[in-house]
Amino acid sequence: MIWTLFLSFIQVGLFSVGGGYAAIPLIQDQIVNIHRLMTIEQFSDLITIAEMTPGPISINSSTFVGMQLSGIPGVVLCTIGCIIPSFIICLTLAHIYYKYRDFRAIQTVLSAMRPAVVSLIGSAGISILLIAIFKNGNIAISNIRYIECIIFIVALFLLRKYKTNPILIILGSGVIGTFLYLLI
Amino acid sequence: MKKEKNATILWQLFKSMFVLSSCTFGGGFVIVSLMKKKFVDELQWLEEHEMLDITAITQSSPGPLPVNASVIIGYRIAGILGSFIAVIGTILPPMIIISLISLCYEQFRTNEYIAIMLEVTRAGVAAVIVDVTLNLATNVLKLNNTFYTLLMILCFIAVVLCKVSAMLIIIVCLFIGIAIETISCLKERA
Repeated sequence: MIWTLFLSFIQVGLFSVGGGYAAIPLIQDQIVNIHRLMTIEQFSDLITIAEMTPGPISINSSTFVGMQLSGIPGVVLCTIGCIIPSFIICLTLAHIYYKYRDFRAIQTVLSAMRPAVVSLIGSAGISILLIAIFKNGNIAISNIRYIECIIFIVALFLLRKYKTNPILIILGSGVIGTFLYLLI
Repeated sequence: MKKEKNATILWQLFKSMFVLSSCTFGGGFVIVSLMKKKFVDELQWLEEHEMLDITAITQSSPGPLPVNASVIIGYRIAGILGSFIAVIGTILPPMIIISLISLCYEQFRTNEYIAIMLEVTRAGVAAVIVDVTLNLATNVLKLNNTFYTLLMILCFIAVVLCKVSAMLIIIVCLFIGIAIETISCLKERA
């Protein structure tokens, strides 16, 4: 049983290319459809919880499934299964990168990829911003959430002007924002 | 090169990963932004372009992005042992949090204070990513290379407006890079 779990999480780790939400259908397939370790209702609860808590969704689901089925040993085994492929592949790539990155050809190729990465990070920022500022992410004037707007502007100002610690910004916006909501 | 495997560096690595991972609401690029601030700006263990290369590699490898990034950064700082330490630091917070929540997830899911707090936290997370993006984009503009600037803008439009997947963007740019290199090689030979 636990061996099946371990193997299915190795597959989740191995095939969830692209990360984040791209991994959800794959995890669903492995856990709900093939191995029936969870019902679809439990799985959708898991997605909700995973969105609310820090950490990658595949680690969250491996922990959740492991815990439900066999407690702490299950958690450890499922999570290890989930990260083994990443570990081996990235270690190999890291080794290759640090060995050959000073070659001119590799430099040229990497230089073409860097602007793209900047765009990807930027687009992630935009999508989180839209979800934060507009109710349900629907872009319309009537859906604007003012508290979130103020927090975003103040936070960005602090980061740009005073280089405030980002962890402090994230925790602070949660605490101050909740306080504002309760006050109003 | 900071390759010495002394305990202070390993502890610092573990601690940084643990804290960053605890605060990563909303996907892989959030933690990349935080890692950039921590390891490039604050600790100066990595160069900025190195962090971008690492992001490109992690994005094109299978598995969760934060774990992939930790493997590579850990390897860079302290070899394979560093990778282990960094990954453990990254996966412990979600493991602990989800283990606790799975015991009482019904209450957690329906608690309205938690829901409010999570929603407002997103505004702060968005500010952090936008800040990091502005710094990175400024540095791309400073290269004064029209081609890279255009590439950045086109990729941004493709992802935001056309919903092209991140994976595809990285692969296309990989081939663009290979094409540029091949062309310049051919020119030199001619």
